[in-house]
Amino acid sequence: MSVSRRKFLAWMGGAGLSTAVGRKAFAASNKHFEGYPDSFGVLHDTTLCVGCRSCEAACNKVNDLPQPEKSFTDLKVLDEKRRTDAAAYTVVNKYESVKKPGLPLFRKIQCNHCLEPACASACFVKAFTKTKEGAVVYDASVCVGCRYCMVACPFNIPAYEYDKVLDPRVVKCTLCHPRLLEGKLPGCVEVCPAEALTFGKREDLLALARERIRKHPDRYVHHIYGEKEMGGTSWLYITGESFEQVGMREDLGITPAPNLTAGALAVVPMVAGLWPLFLTGAYAMSRRKEKIAAEEQAGAVANAIAETNDAAEKKLAQALEKAKKEKEAAIQKEVKKALEEAVKAQEADKEEDA
Amino acid sequence: MHDVIYTLQDFMLHTKNITYILMGVGLVAYVAFWNFLTGKDDDHEAAGKEE
Amino acid sequence: MSQDAVKTKFFPPDRSFYTPVNMVVGCIMAVGLLFTVLRFTGGLSMVTNLDDNYPWGLWIGFDLMAGVALAAGGYTTSAACYLFGMKRFHSAVRPAILTAFLGYALVVVSLHYDVGRPWRLPYPLFWSQGTTSLLFEVGLCVALYLTVLFLEYSVTALEWLGLKKLRHIIHRLTLVLTIFGVILSTLHQSSLGALFIIAPSKLHPLWYSQYLAVYFFISSMFAGLSMVIFEGSLSHKYFHDKMDDTYLGEHDGVVLGFAKGASFIMFAYLVIKVIGIAMDNTWHYLGSGYGMWFLVEMLGFVALPGFLYAVAVRDRNFGLIRKAALITVLGIVLNRLNVCLIAFNWYLPLEDRYFPHIGEIGLTIFMVTIGVVAFKFIVTRMPIFYEHPDYKESH
Repeated sequence: MSVSRRKFLAWMGGAGLSTAVGRKAFAASNKHFEGYPDSFGVLHDTTLCVGCRSCEAACNKVNDLPQPEKSFTDLKVLDEKRRTDAAAYTVVNKYESVKKPGLPLFRKIQCNHCLEPACASACFVKAFTKTKEGAVVYDASVCVGCRYCMVACPFNIPAYEYDKVLDPRVVKCTLCHPRLLEGKLPGCVEVCPAEALTFGKREDLLALARERIRKHPDRYVHHIYGEKEMGGTSWLYITGESFEQVGMREDLGITPAPNLTAGALAVVPMVAGLWPLFLTGAYAMSRRKEKIAAEEQAGAVANAIAETNDAAEKKLAQALEKAKKEKEAAIQKEVKKALEEAVKAQEADKEEDA
Repeated sequence: MHDVIYTLQDFMLHTKNITYILMGVGLVAYVAFWNFLTGKDDDHEAAGKEE
Repeated sequence: MSQDAVKTKFFPPDRSFYTPVNMVVGCIMAVGLLFTVLRFTGGLSMVTNLDDNYPWGLWIGFDLMAGVALAAGGYTTSAACYLFGMKRFHSAVRPAILTAFLGYALVVVSLHYDVGRPWRLPYPLFWSQGTTSLLFEVGLCVALYLTVLFLEYSVTALEWLGLKKLRHIIHRLTLVLTIFGVILSTLHQSSLGALFIIAPSKLHPLWYSQYLAVYFFISSMFAGLSMVIFEGSLSHKYFHDKMDDTYLGEHDGVVLGFAKGASFIMFAYLVIKVIGIAMDNTWHYLGSGYGMWFLVEMLGFVALPGFLYAVAVRDRNFGLIRKAALITVLGIVLNRLNVCLIAFNWYLPLEDRYFPHIGEIGLTIFMVTIGVVAFKFIVTRMPIFYEHPDYKESH
């Protein structure tokens, strides 16, 4: 495996040479990321959508997806709520209008191509990449098929080929990334007859959306969905009624997915870095306690032995003393006896002499 | 060196790559340093007992 | 070893093979193998009810999440004994390590069924490291910890096989392995909870919390302790003849000590759970249907068994401790299923909700059965509940 430049840089950074090598993003933790400049996106003006399903048909065609059971001209399909699946990168759903009861509302669903994709943050093999063109693309050649991306996606977009045995893939809209590189429009945008979809630089689309809202304040809700949701998405939406009304969640918040996990990820190296300290410390303390306990025990035993020894010595000494005294007494007795005998003998001699 | 990071995702990928390597190095270093730190304890203890 | 020696070692003349229990086990194995064939010839859709809204089902919710939590007895027991100086728990270490090793091994086997291309499971470690993913962290730690558990367990197997030299080398690593095991367990037990931190919009607010990682780690501790008690009470019933005097003598102390520890940790868990509700200001959800269910989990499967443990420890009531252990184990399973399945996608209409396929249930039972059979195979042959006479002095 050759060493990629990124990896090499990672090693250099690890060796503390980062300042010398200098990547612009080596800033402090309050560094703010704006995303790729001049990246593309699509503005979906749901007030213009007529629910013709042309985008679905075009998507199916340019991506070589399997033909569905019901043809794309069958508009009865719109009566049920659908979501993206393994055979459809995009679907259009129909909703009831509240402002004008009886009139239908339509909204196209597909990958929103987040600026900070949750799928990419969640993927443990880096199968998802946010490209500089704006598309979030998927690389099936590394995918293990854990489906954590599907858990992570706040828009419920990625689908899975559950019926494939050997090469199941995660499936989702690519923003027609290959076509973008060829200078073509995404299939759905190209075909839309109602101009409900506008392709362009995200910055320009934001300006366009603001302009439309400014010009027709009573026609639009004063909000661009996707400008800030989940940290911002490359697809942007404007509607005539609440976003909830066209099946879009308004409670996602504006925190980018990588920020959600940043705290938990930051704890990991602290645990790896400090647990050995605490655990070895606990071990050393318990060992110390054991040692002190063992020493105290040994001391107690030694004392006991010493005491016993002392007592024994005393006893011995006493016995010796006694023996000595007895001996002395015996000697004295003997001496006395001998003296007496000598005296007697002397007296006997004197008697004999006399 | 014109490699600019534009997304938080790429920034985190870059920093976590380094962090994981450092974690591995740190754990191995811990074992080595603990052995160095306590390497002569037994000798001194043995000496202490002899006195 | 000669062929005969191998035969008697691995297949000692036992009772009749055709016992009712063996028949049931045989049936489960046959069904499991059938589903295995279906899974690897027909794909996931053949044996699961997984869909695009529920990419994770019973195999993740139960086999992985609950399985890993219940295998936490390995790190808790060995840490208590080797690191915190509670030598009186020594005889509980081997059964706990064995349970943990089998648990983790089966988690990994089960993952091979669940992921789309199981042969690529080493990819995140060796080929394309997605380090921003909490799942990378889980994968790395589970892989390393399974290795640690294998080494810790191998001491037993090597004693049984009579490979003294190798056994002594590995045995000398006990301390390092234990510390390493606790670090890895802390990390992946908590990261399993942290997996859901990226999906605040999908998990019910009562279960979602910025503290999910802490909740999973703390609950794994009392899950592990309770599992040791639970497994011990079952082993006492069925493998009593394999236990030596040390094990039997220490057993009551282990049960009491672990029950006391579990009870206090559960108390702490309740404290931090309430703090979590306050931090997210989700009090008002407690009145809803999901709130009731949350209270059932908290009061019925944490507070109740925690309190029962306390009463039982005060009264030295071993029967009650066993009951509390069972409720705690069930409570952990419930908690992991809640986070992973029941409170996940809670806003979806009922007809879009997930219920496991018979194949998922069958294969889960298959995994648990393999675990029990392997446990029995090992404890009836290797020095788990008793000390090998040759190595009595070596700890």
